[in-house]
Amino acid sequence: MDASHASPLVERVAREAYGRLVASLAVRFRDIHAAEDAVGDALRLALERWPTTGVPDEPIAWLSATAKNQLLQRARHDEVVARETSLHAITAALEERNERPVEELGDERLRLMFVCAHPAIDESVRTALMLQTVLGLDAEAIGRAFLVPGATMGQRLVRAKRKIRDAAIPFEAPEASELASRLHAVIEGIYAAFATDDASLVDEAMFLAELLATDLPEEPEALALLALVRFRHARRAASRDEGRFVPLAEQDTARWDRASILSAEDLLRTAASLRRPGPFQIEAAIQSAHCQRLFTGQTPWRAIVHLYGVLARLAPTTGSTIAEAVGRVEIGDLEGAALLLDGLGPQHVAAYAPYWLARAHLADRIGDATGRSSALERAIELTSDATLRAHLRERLART
Amino acid sequence: MQYMLMFFETDEALAKRESPTEAPAYWGAWTAYVKELRGSGAVVNGDGLLPPHTATRVSFREGKRVVQDGPHPDTKEHLGGYFVIEAKDLDAALAYAAKCPATLSGHVEIRPVMPPMPRG
Repeated sequence: MDASHASPLVERVAREAYGRLVASLAVRFRDIHAAEDAVGDALRLALERWPTTGVPDEPIAWLSATAKNQLLQRARHDEVVARETSLHAITAALEERNERPVEELGDERLRLMFVCAHPAIDESVRTALMLQTVLGLDAEAIGRAFLVPGATMGQRLVRAKRKIRDAAIPFEAPEASELASRLHAVIEGIYAAFATDDASLVDEAMFLAELLATDLPEEPEALALLALVRFRHARRAASRDEGRFVPLAEQDTARWDRASILSAEDLLRTAASLRRPGPFQIEAAIQSAHCQRLFTGQTPWRAIVHLYGVLARLAPTTGSTIAEAVGRVEIGDLEGAALLLDGLGPQHVAAYAPYWLARAHLADRIGDATGRSSALERAIELTSDATLRAHLRERLART
Repeated sequence: MQYMLMFFETDEALAKRESPTEAPAYWGAWTAYVKELRGSGAVVNGDGLLPPHTATRVSFREGKRVVQDGPHPDTKEHLGGYFVIEAKDLDAALAYAAKCPATLSGHVEIRPVMPPMPRG
């Protein structure tokens, strides 16, 4: 979807509805790629026509109907080679041509995410697939987030979508026995979208997290995800001061969203009472600990380091190892921090800004000014966000 | 939608076919599986295959026909048989495949059957 020349309205509608449009068509036609193409076509048509015809009363309904027509036209064109399943879907769709498009557009995004999480899809591509189909991120941006070249990511995504269509991976909700493993992948997908820090993706991710927790109130990890994003979101406003970035340690807790933190605490308590611990409950507990500063004026670093240790046993990731190292610096365990950072393979961290920030933090405490500067410089090179870059430059100058 | 279930077995599993002590359990498990699958009405066709030592390979290299004995030497698990089944989607095919005795030491590969080529 290229919205760079879009009138602001088309762009806004696309942002609001892209995932819902794709999900609705993909679920009905069982073909993600065709659904994406059709929505892309509809957006292009909107860009061409709306400036002259004016914007329709219900732009999303217009896009939905147009995308469906595009899909049907293309399907008819390909009919000779069409698969039996798509033929069924087309016939069914043709029969209900005159229906009310908006209400029935519904929200099939979670359903589509569970399809992307099917075990027959390679694990390394599941989250990326969700980000693209449900949130409309392009392969280039996804590749950056996963440290993979955009073209490679693009090929993997195309392959996965073909597999879903050609092997007929079902679009029905998974059975209870399958739910737990797929739920984890869906939660990771939503959290990955939240972690992009892109304002509109963050909002979508929070909305999806709420949807998931409402759908599955007995799943502690789904509740924990919602708690986690609320804890982090509660501190969002305080992380900027007149356009400048403010790191967590320097944030004014008076600007934290108290209600959001308290509701997150409630969710986390409910999750814990279900007595099925999991990595997202630990992640949420870590964020809960960070938020304690609002009530006690202090950050319980020892508890945070302990929680990262638990997380490392449950689900070790590069990010959590780095965060634990930072925690160890805070409690004065510089040796432990160095051990953790040294243990990470250079191929995994060389292009990862948080690693260099942790290095800089550790060098600072040791009193290694040269090490601190070079690590900060490396982090600046690897940071694309302008506000964050400015903050790091300022820190670099403050030697 | 049709899927082929390909049953890949390890050498150890295949050796049980001829073992006086292990053959009854081996064939018992397969007979039960085949009976259940056929009973479900899903089977389009299928066969068991004689063991890999009966295999012959043929290929053309630089215009010459090359015939060799046995399966490809890199193959660790051998195709022991297959079914083509009718199933509504991959999960349904997976459910049939998961019950197969080959899954206990070897594996089952599931592939959609190519739809018929358009005429003309």
